[in-house]
Amino acid sequence: MSDTILECRNVTKSFFGVPVLRNVSLTLKAGRVLGIVGENGAGKSTLMNILGGVLRADSGSIRLGGRNHAPQNPAEAFRDGIAFIHQELNLFTNLSVAENMFIAAFPKTRIVRLPLIRRREIREKTRALLASVDLHVSAESLVEDLSPGERQMVEIAKALGAEARIIILDEPTTSLSSRETQRLFSILQRLRGQGISMIYISHNLGDVLRLCDDILILRDGRVVGEGPKEEFTLERMISLMVGRSMDQLYPSRSARPSGEIVLEVKSLSEPGILENIAFQLYKGEILGISGLMGSGRTELARILFGLDAFERGEILLNGEPLKRCSPHKRIHRGMAFLTEDRRVEGLLMNASVEDNIALVSLPSFARALPGLVNRPEMLRAAGRAAKAVRLQCSSLSRQTAKTLSGGNQQKVVLAKWLLEKPSVFVLDEPTRGIDVGAKFEVYRIMDELAAEGAGILFISSEIEELMGMCDRILVMAYGEIRGCMARTQFDKEKIFRDALMENLLP
Amino acid sequence: MTTRKGNIVLFVLNNAPLILFAAVFGGFATLSPKFLAVENLVNILIQSASIGIVATGMTFVLLTAGIDLSVGSIMFLSAAAAGKLIAGGQPISLAFAVAIAIGVGYGAINAFFITRLKILPFIVTLSTQFAGRGLSLLITQTRAMNLPRLVEVGSSKILGMPAPVWLFGAVVVFAHVVLMKTAFGRHIYAIGNDAEGAKKAGINTTRVVFLVYVVSGLCAAMGGLVYLSRLGLVSPKLGLQREFAAIAAAVLGGTSLFGGRGKVLPGTFLGAALIQTVESGLVFIKASEYVYPLVTSFVIFFAVFVDSLRHVKLQQLKRRRIRVAATG
Repeated sequence: MSDTILECRNVTKSFFGVPVLRNVSLTLKAGRVLGIVGENGAGKSTLMNILGGVLRADSGSIRLGGRNHAPQNPAEAFRDGIAFIHQELNLFTNLSVAENMFIAAFPKTRIVRLPLIRRREIREKTRALLASVDLHVSAESLVEDLSPGERQMVEIAKALGAEARIIILDEPTTSLSSRETQRLFSILQRLRGQGISMIYISHNLGDVLRLCDDILILRDGRVVGEGPKEEFTLERMISLMVGRSMDQLYPSRSARPSGEIVLEVKSLSEPGILENIAFQLYKGEILGISGLMGSGRTELARILFGLDAFERGEILLNGEPLKRCSPHKRIHRGMAFLTEDRRVEGLLMNASVEDNIALVSLPSFARALPGLVNRPEMLRAAGRAAKAVRLQCSSLSRQTAKTLSGGNQQKVVLAKWLLEKPSVFVLDEPTRGIDVGAKFEVYRIMDELAAEGAGILFISSEIEELMGMCDRILVMAYGEIRGCMARTQFDKEKIFRDALMENLLP
Repeated sequence: MTTRKGNIVLFVLNNAPLILFAAVFGGFATLSPKFLAVENLVNILIQSASIGIVATGMTFVLLTAGIDLSVGSIMFLSAAAAGKLIAGGQPISLAFAVAIAIGVGYGAINAFFITRLKILPFIVTLSTQFAGRGLSLLITQTRAMNLPRLVEVGSSKILGMPAPVWLFGAVVVFAHVVLMKTAFGRHIYAIGNDAEGAKKAGINTTRVVFLVYVVSGLCAAMGGLVYLSRLGLVSPKLGLQREFAAIAAAVLGGTSLFGGRGKVLPGTFLGAALIQTVESGLVFIKASEYVYPLVTSFVIFFAVFVDSLRHVKLQQLKRRRIRVAATG
């Protein structure tokens, strides 16, 4: 069994002019498991989304079983025999297992002209499918009553029911216990024996080596390694994944951190999310937080900024404890927060640039009675902030945030916080999706802020930029801090290892 | 995944309608033993038929996480049109058919704005609520119409049960079958659970949402006719603010305003009966007329509060777990 079932040739895709896939080619053979690994942002998800019909490639060809494959939507890809099992499962939790299996095409029977679902038929078919993945739950049970592992099996059974030839699994084990992972693997191996091909995406390199027949390594949207798994070791995979030379430009840091603590976190815990997080952030310091997606970085940022609650521990901002969930109070006391997703959470897309900049500090321009906003003064301040971040736009008052490039949008978000002169910045992925030039300017702004005495918490998936900018780096995995290193000890492989290796522990 | 205590809390929140119904019913029964007389119970059913039917249509809408604020005006418009035709000497059957057609058309207009022009259901149905009432007042010239001939229809009995109760029962059972046993019904639940996911799964969500508002319009027209044939009167106040009673009945019955959760049987059926029970009960214990809105609004507030509590609780249980090892 070595006939090619899926073949991608020179697939290319860009978002807003930023290339994420460059001439990617891959071959999947019938009855084999292809593991795809790469850093966050290497292009794995984009590639899979193209195969699964979520996105469309800019150029390149995909052939599935000898025919051209260019699905316009996920349902079409599914009909063509590609089942995409996302990390966030695509099940309707309020419906039964059987209903989820047949949601797209219920078998019907007409009784008095009313098209009723053939309940018994879907129940029995579902029962057979569940048996084939060794899942012993009733076909009638609601998905919300199942554990994450059981839900995963339901997705796989659903793929089998649709007679999928290729199953794509994106990080299928992140929410599974080790026993559930074992079970998943034995099922996948059995399916492979039945001639079903799989694409397996995971950060857990040990799992990839254990399960996959072939391995493909992506870095910066390019294929940097490819071959049967015998050609790879854990070490080789890591070095291929991260092996970019540090030729990217970072501004040199203009000042050193002082000994004064601006933010202190003591044994911060929230059950199921964070465990015993503790660190100090000094005045003038840029403290990096590294870790894989889902390691708890964003959750930590949200808790620090008061968007989510925490159960135990303490957060001290400039020596004062913060208790209640209240971003309002934190802003008032000098904390700023740049969200991971500036499009959704950080900007009013249809408002003008200057209104966006002035948003956070609106109250401070409405101090005088009767509490009306002093608009001319506010606009002057917004203009100064825009200049400080070297914002490029045609008009502060007429251009809306929506029409700016990603880099300039991020500058607007930064400018809006500058007006409040915060002492602590929490930046979650501040350079995601912006081009190299704009990245450099964001770094430069960060350096200036630190030089002026702000403490900066810099959360990023890109280890290089953390190494380029930070005074210290914390590594998170599974909601814990797994490592901490100072600038002189920075070691990319060590950071990567700290973020990954947790998976290999019992 | 879930703790035992969490499960108990969820069980109570999920079964709040039954518990609430039992409490209210028991309360009135102790205050006035005659409350439990068969005659009174049948009366409650007759009186809840109109709003119960409207609430059944509303349940379809709420299940998709939408809302229909125009049902009160649909009741008025269809009743006014029927009344006008009957007063003009047309047969009752023709008048009723026209009224039903008006309800369906009205719902289709709402659906068009919501699904094709992508305007928020709240805004669309708020606007059509005003438009519909205005049009009805124009038709009736804001005068009340007396149609004693209709009361005979409304109070006619089949096998000892009044006709409105039969209709109420038929609508509820039919709606239940559609929601539980047809692809259309299950797709409604899927959309309420995850609209984006439903689209990805290949469900024609536009069509389903469109039909849901048509169903709501149809039910509202039927509710208007039931009301009309019970009182034999078209007054300018017909259906006024009844959208709140309809939403309340559905929510009291356990339908979530956040979509994807709720049933017509027993849910909405009980909810409508509960609202009527509260009103009848207040009459029974001879409470002041001015107390009615206070008590009713408290019951409604309580139901919505429970719904929101349940939503928060579910969100908590659904929150992504990072530390798998620690939680098993």
